[in-house]
Amino acid sequence: MKRFLSVAVASAMVAAALTGCGGNPSDNSAAPAEGTQNSEAPAADGAAEGGAASAEGGTFRVGGIGPVTGAAAVYGQAVKNAAQLAVDEINAAGGINGAQIEFNFQDDEHDAEKAVNAYNTLKDWDMQVLLGTVTSTPCTAVVEKTHEDNMFHLTPSGSAVESIQYDNAFRVCFSDPNQGTASAQYIGENGLAKKVAVIYNSSDVYSSGIYQTFAAEAGNQGLEIVSAEAFTADSNTDFSVQLQKAKDAGAELVFLPIYYTEASIILGQANKMGYEPTFFGCDGLDGILAVEDFDTSLAEGVMLLTPFAADADDELTQNFVKAYQDAFGDVPNQFAADAYDGIYAIKAAIEKAGVTPDMSASDICDALKVSMTEISIDGLTGLGMTWGADGEPNKEPKAVKITDGAYTAM
Amino acid sequence: MFMKKINKTTRYNMITYAIVVIAYAIVMLLGAAGHISSLMEGLLVPLCIYVILAVSLNLVVGILGELSLGHAGFMCVGAFAGSFFSMCTKEAVPGGLRFLLALIIGAAAAALFGILIGIPVLRLKGDYLAIVTLAFGEIIKNLMNVLYIGRDEAGFHFSMKDTLALGLSPEGKAIINGPQGITGTPHDSNFTIGVLLILLTLFIILNLIHSRDGRAIMAIRDNRIAAESIGINVTTYKLMAFTLSASIAGIAGVLYAHNLSTLTALPKNFGYNMSIMILVFVVLGGIGNIRGSVISAVVLTLLPELLRGLSDYRMLIYAVVLIVMMLFNWSPKAVELRERYSLKRLFHLTTKE
Repeated sequence: MKRFLSVAVASAMVAAALTGCGGNPSDNSAAPAEGTQNSEAPAADGAAEGGAASAEGGTFRVGGIGPVTGAAAVYGQAVKNAAQLAVDEINAAGGINGAQIEFNFQDDEHDAEKAVNAYNTLKDWDMQVLLGTVTSTPCTAVVEKTHEDNMFHLTPSGSAVESIQYDNAFRVCFSDPNQGTASAQYIGENGLAKKVAVIYNSSDVYSSGIYQTFAAEAGNQGLEIVSAEAFTADSNTDFSVQLQKAKDAGAELVFLPIYYTEASIILGQANKMGYEPTFFGCDGLDGILAVEDFDTSLAEGVMLLTPFAADADDELTQNFVKAYQDAFGDVPNQFAADAYDGIYAIKAAIEKAGVTPDMSASDICDALKVSMTEISIDGLTGLGMTWGADGEPNKEPKAVKITDGAYTAM
Repeated sequence: MFMKKINKTTRYNMITYAIVVIAYAIVMLLGAAGHISSLMEGLLVPLCIYVILAVSLNLVVGILGELSLGHAGFMCVGAFAGSFFSMCTKEAVPGGLRFLLALIIGAAAAALFGILIGIPVLRLKGDYLAIVTLAFGEIIKNLMNVLYIGRDEAGFHFSMKDTLALGLSPEGKAIINGPQGITGTPHDSNFTIGVLLILLTLFIILNLIHSRDGRAIMAIRDNRIAAESIGINVTTYKLMAFTLSASIAGIAGVLYAHNLSTLTALPKNFGYNMSIMILVFVVLGGIGNIRGSVISAVVLTLLPELLRGLSDYRMLIYAVVLIVMMLFNWSPKAVELRERYSLKRLFHLTTKE
């Protein structure tokens, strides 16, 4: 008898868990289903409430996905903050064609599986447009789902090629290959060096992705890669071996397609060795001047290809940086800028297509994927940004050089 | 007396199967009626994966009495082996058959690594298995990050450096692309297959436990010297349990790989933390209690997702819940309290000698 009780308890638990979050169908036309749903599962109140709010119209539901816990939390947090900032600005200025935006950001812990869960959560919330995900691998997993559901998908910073492989997906940042190729072309065309060394993170998708395309393009530009040394996330504190190899090979320029934390260590160690090549990096180096206890004089002369520098002096950047600092207390990085532009791109696309909040996510997607290729916006990460049907942004890569402890455009 | 005891275990096992089948039926009914949220729908396959992992780890931790901290490593091996196979035969073999073969290959690959690790380590006494499996999990993860395998008309190309070193012809395609892993694995996993695999796992493990071999394995756990003295080959039985556990983890890995379109060996999915998480499922469900593992894996996988409404406090509350559950399950006072209110039948396998 008691055993029967235990079984009953266990199955009740499973059933409760299932019905607790069951209920709300994924499409927008949930209104007629709502009555039955409430009688079925009183626990589904939260989800049902979502259905009611969107039915009355007047708000676009924009979802965001990114890591706000775990190792990559700093990127997700930046995107979350900046996107919220942009949404608040738009709402304060009267919204999109009079409709307000509601923004809901879900954590994916920088994990593909959790990102899909986050996406499904947002779908239950009746999301209409997705801004996300922040990092590449989760984005590749999520784009599969958005493609199935025909959901408009704009990633601020998912840079892998596969992250936007379908026609419903666009991105704000440059793709990895794009950055690698652009870097090689920039170095080649400006005659910065002939002999190039590369130090990259082989355990990181971003870094190895850029390296591979850089290496492929380098030959076309007459560059000679004299040493290509890798490190991994487990060995990112000592780079003397890699630097010594680059030095012995006589490299005039060291290409660093990595994030700024490691780069700051590399610069310090190169200085100790008395090795003074030109250092050249991608957008991952953005933020190097803000590293704690980092002697910014070491970064003197470092060049980086980045679409955004927080101390650029144009009005748009200045206003954004100030608003961001007031709201969140720190200097926005490139991820924040991408997200900010992403929200404005969504706004522009919605205005162009003339979609209204009462349309279903799929109809919005059909309209937006056409209008997205027709808009041109002046954002933080580039002036006159346009998008191709493949989802890649067209904007000029900007190279900046660090002089006197500040980024200056070249 | 003897007959009654057999019936007891059979009945106990039947209840375990029944829980899984009933849960499956409920989900299917709710699904057919359209009452399953997208979140829940997306969670169904991961739930199956974690249940399989927890049950298979329980074989090593609970039944064999050894500590394994590299279960995610075996899952990783299975995932990559199965996914690699599917990518190679995407066009050549039809879906169902291909997935079946992928499952077998994933299980075999993980079992192979289980044997390779087990042979030297399981001969030793003490905590060596924990140390070696911990290292194994980390090594496999890093190995996958430097592995490049591509294919063109000339055959397979292999490198540990980068894709350029593969020397592929223009038509060639890198299948395993270092840290970018495998992209585009066909989406073959579904809930029905997941539940069938859970039932298969339960069937294999529950039958093993109640067989002659299973009793030998438990004898080794309880007293190695006594077991040896009555002629049980300690290493063979340990190896058997360990390899079986590894291969089932490999199956879970294949299921994982075919559920997402992208497979990368990140610390998050195949690292140390994942191994520990599976161990947490086992410990909270009750060491040696197979049904407990099933339930705790389901509850603990659902919990962080159901707590999404609490946004920033989600992980904090998850941790607190873990601590509370641990205290409830294992602290002497809580055990005493539970026994007083005679719920001990629920946990009767753990207390049974």
